[in-house]
Amino acid sequence: MNVPTMADMMAQGKQPEVLFWVGAAGSYDDRAKKISRAFVKILHQANVDFAVLGTEESSTGDAAKRAGNEFLFQMQAMMNIEVLNGYEVKKIVTCDPHSFNTLKNEYPGLGGKYEVFHHTQFIQNLIAEGRLKIDDTTLKGKRVTFHDPCYLGRANEVYESPRELIKRLGVNLTEMKRNKSTALCCGAGGAQMFKDAEKGDKEINVLRTEDALETKPNIIATGCPYCNTMMTDGIKFKEKEAEVEVKDIAELIAEANKL
Amino acid sequence: MQYLPNILFALALVLGVGFFVMNIRKLSRNIKLGKDVNRTDNKPERLKNMIKIALGQSKMVKRPLSGVLHIIVYVGFIIINIEVLEIIIDGLFGTHRVFRGFLGDGFYGFLIGFFEILAALVFIAVVVFWLRRNISNIKRFLTKEMKGWPKKDGNNILYFEMVLMTLFLVMNATDFHFQQAAIGNPISQFITPLFDGFSLETIHTIERSAWWIHILGILVFLNYLYYSKHLHILLAFPNTYYANLKPKGQFTNLESVTNEVKLMMDPDADPYAAPPEGEEEAIPEKFGASDVTDLNWVQLMNAYTCTECGRCTSSCPANLTGKELSPRKIMMDTRDRLEEVGRNIDANKGTFVDDGKQLLNDYISPEELWACTSCNACVEECPVNIDPLSIIMDMRRYLVMEESAAPQELNMMMTNIENNGAPWQYNQQDRLNWANEE
Repeated sequence: MNVPTMADMMAQGKQPEVLFWVGAAGSYDDRAKKISRAFVKILHQANVDFAVLGTEESSTGDAAKRAGNEFLFQMQAMMNIEVLNGYEVKKIVTCDPHSFNTLKNEYPGLGGKYEVFHHTQFIQNLIAEGRLKIDDTTLKGKRVTFHDPCYLGRANEVYESPRELIKRLGVNLTEMKRNKSTALCCGAGGAQMFKDAEKGDKEINVLRTEDALETKPNIIATGCPYCNTMMTDGIKFKEKEAEVEVKDIAELIAEANKL
Repeated sequence: MQYLPNILFALALVLGVGFFVMNIRKLSRNIKLGKDVNRTDNKPERLKNMIKIALGQSKMVKRPLSGVLHIIVYVGFIIINIEVLEIIIDGLFGTHRVFRGFLGDGFYGFLIGFFEILAALVFIAVVVFWLRRNISNIKRFLTKEMKGWPKKDGNNILYFEMVLMTLFLVMNATDFHFQQAAIGNPISQFITPLFDGFSLETIHTIERSAWWIHILGILVFLNYLYYSKHLHILLAFPNTYYANLKPKGQFTNLESVTNEVKLMMDPDADPYAAPPEGEEEAIPEKFGASDVTDLNWVQLMNAYTCTECGRCTSSCPANLTGKELSPRKIMMDTRDRLEEVGRNIDANKGTFVDDGKQLLNDYISPEELWACTSCNACVEECPVNIDPLSIIMDMRRYLVMEESAAPQELNMMMTNIENNGAPWQYNQQDRLNWANEE
């Protein structure tokens, strides 16, 4: 798969249209890597001139910050900003709402000012500009419910882009009882992904999976690699893998367009 | 002797208002114990938020039943204050229903009639509130932190309102001349028959008693506010005005840390350099918060504004799954500790004497703090824009940066970020491998 790096681009004296910030999950997590690849296929189809940082990319520091380690966060941020500014990056797109939030909201105060898009926003723009079409026949008739990631939804009030894209798939979009601003967290945010949950009587991802299952979906659509993992685990816990799939919106679009 | 009631009334008014002002000054002093934070930017948007959220109750109606009932009580409270104004003038000058002369029978009757209907609606709403709190099994009223005073406080307020509304209606019902005029007594006319057969004098005494108890009750209620969660009726306004306008996901970048990090990353910096002139003795700033004085004044005002409605807690994913964390408890603990610090200052002639306690551990446990997913559900839910998450984050910062007391797994995650640039232990050189797999 052709994924150019900023270093390659620079060597050729080129400046890409947009930087794809892959994020740690998108780079290393086996499930999330599929989302990265699906998104790249979409970028290729729409002829988007993009690049990644590759080995020069490092953690945004989101998890460290939310765990309370402001030192580590700011060290990561300043290193990343140095790299990004060195390449004169203006536009960034990412499939990870945590990277999206941090790059968009927390980096400017430390000297990193970029135009940052979540991949659902970016794809929506590609469609609006006539650069991409979504085939609405492949997934026709499927029941899809969308789980709002906290760091895309409540944190940045992006509720419509993912929904607009899902509707374009020609599927039947159903809402969970807790949706948009009242959506329930998947349980991974605030660095919870990296530790066991505190003592309680249920796991948060199981409760959220129950919300989703109430809508009797064929597919649970996500827009965050961490939510994806949590919901996938929830479906396994409920032993519903045979009936319900958990897919990122980028994967659904790649599937619809047979990429 | 003729002026005795007027003098007594003036005295009650001065005492009631005076004591209230004294407590409000204490409140303001306590809030100012917090650190400074600049919330004076973007005044039009702040004003808009205050009008929409505090005055317009826009976030209350997201839960329709309690929202609509609350609006009835709120509108009743504001509008009946016109009646209170008349009571004060009457009390001070010995007049009787002074507005009736001013406004003319028609309009005055309409107003009082309107107030009576509101009073009856408020009474009904308050009874429903009482039933919800005490009879229905609504989970958010039954959690741990709602035992004892918080439960009693909630009920006290409801009893107060029931009694005040009843007195208002009885006052009208026993006002012989007012009833005779039949200009505005849609509700009280049904109460009047209860007093049939009473002598005119007795009825007059009942009317005067109801009048006095009503106004004294209002003064007592005014002073009850400071000791109660009911303080929100005042603080909801500044609280929504000074609330955070930035995206909810945007956490502050601690400036003290920025300076340190810049110094660390600057290859020209001399690590052994002496501190700049005049700063040798300065106590370095604490990272994060372990006590209320480490929080900022908006966070402290939040604590006083909290009505303990529990909408935050009932939407908290950690709480919903049985974990220790309750955002409402975070706010209640912050207020309790702040009150304790305030009393300490009062007892020690204006300075705080170390009492060996702090907000962290003595009130809020690390277990509560680590259960938070930082999802902002509590912030979104709060009808008056309180931000419990910011307090949780500041306390986590203290735990991690001052005490290195993060859970072991998080320490591993942070070490990985530091060494490999990712929360997992992978080699940074493998970061692009995903592109060539499949």
